[in-house]
Amino acid sequence: MIDKFVPSLADAMAGIQDGATVLVAGFGPGTPELLMQGLANSGARDLTLVMNAGGRDDGPVAELLATGAIRKLICSFVRPNSVAGRQFAAGTLDLEIVPQGTLAERIRAAGAGVQAFFTPTAADTILAEGRETRVINNRLCLLEYPIFGDVALIDAWQADRFGNLTHRDSARNFNPIMAMAAKLTIAQTAHAVDLGAIQPENVHTAGVFVQRVLHVPV
Amino acid sequence: MSDTSFKPLNRDGIARRIAQDIPEGWFVNLGIGIPTKVSDFVTDREVIFHAENGVIGIGPAPDEANINPYLVNAGVQHISLITGAALVHHADSFAIARGGHLDLCVLGAFEVAENGDIANWARSPDEPVKQVGGAMDLAVGAKRLWVAMEHNTKGSGESRIRTLCSYPLTAKGVVRRVYTDLAVLDVTPKGFAVVDTIPGLTRKTLEERTEAALIWP
Repeated sequence: MIDKFVPSLADAMAGIQDGATVLVAGFGPGTPELLMQGLANSGARDLTLVMNAGGRDDGPVAELLATGAIRKLICSFVRPNSVAGRQFAAGTLDLEIVPQGTLAERIRAAGAGVQAFFTPTAADTILAEGRETRVINNRLCLLEYPIFGDVALIDAWQADRFGNLTHRDSARNFNPIMAMAAKLTIAQTAHAVDLGAIQPENVHTAGVFVQRVLHVPV
Repeated sequence: MSDTSFKPLNRDGIARRIAQDIPEGWFVNLGIGIPTKVSDFVTDREVIFHAENGVIGIGPAPDEANINPYLVNAGVQHISLITGAALVHHADSFAIARGGHLDLCVLGAFEVAENGDIANWARSPDEPVKQVGGAMDLAVGAKRLWVAMEHNTKGSGESRIRTLCSYPLTAKGVVRRVYTDLAVLDVTPKGFAVVDTIPGLTRKTLEERTEAALIWP
């Protein structure tokens, strides 16, 4: 029988290697906060963290960064006055700033097997300095590569034992695409439901993209 | 600056002026700051507002009792949905922006140049920490880009309407129109063309407060 539910946070987080690239979903709602705590406590080091923004002074991102386990952060936005901003200023955190749409598309590309793409976004900016550009359809475009995750931590509203997920309202955000882009996708879900309870046409993230599910009732 | 016969628009005033120019049926993304206020003044037309985090059909801000913690806009503020709204994931949401599906994006800016360049994300190339967000995607992807900003900087009164931008660019040659507290300016192949000005503002005063050349009707 296929059953992707795991009984504990420790089981959910088992086997994350030092040096892994970890995709973490969320944009306000849709952030897998318990799994982020699990990552912070997992002992894995030298990690590359990929998420939309670098967080604030407190909260799950700050707690994760404060462990010192993150070597590099790839995101669209870092506040100077935050744990991430100060770690970067102190030279203890590498930072790669990516326009938000390019970040989403690089993640989606990884999940779809696209090995590179060209986009006009940022092609005319200092973010393109020293990088390959090409004029396509009369527009200057910048070469971008996918972001492959070793692990993705995602959040769901409902999950069944096949790993089919729904996401509530705008809590969907990066969850479906990060699930696609990682070798090991771990979901925390507010509700565990029976197989068939989610109508097939209403599945937001198909179970094929999900390896482990932890039920975290709200 | 001794000319006091005019009253610059406040931020709501700029937003209200922009709202006048948005026709029914457009899909519109509003940036953070003055642009966010624009939707408050579009009340008599069906205009669909998009947020980068996957919301198509933003409704009015909810009152305390009706906050849905799972529903936010790109500024992570609580929102409501209009009847007929749609929700998508982040890559689809940016496909809307980057794929040319937005009729209009309104962004704030530090500077706009007469060639349509926009600078709105960093005040210096050496700024240690970068705050890009989705501005670069929206600026190149929307069918038309308008900018809402104050005409001059708060401190020294420097013109934000420039011959060339001095700050790092968000995108080149993309701005179509600028709405400031003093005037509405179109970006044309020949430079900034004055569309209208606030009551009481003289041509001389606007030219004194604008670094770039102005084309008058």
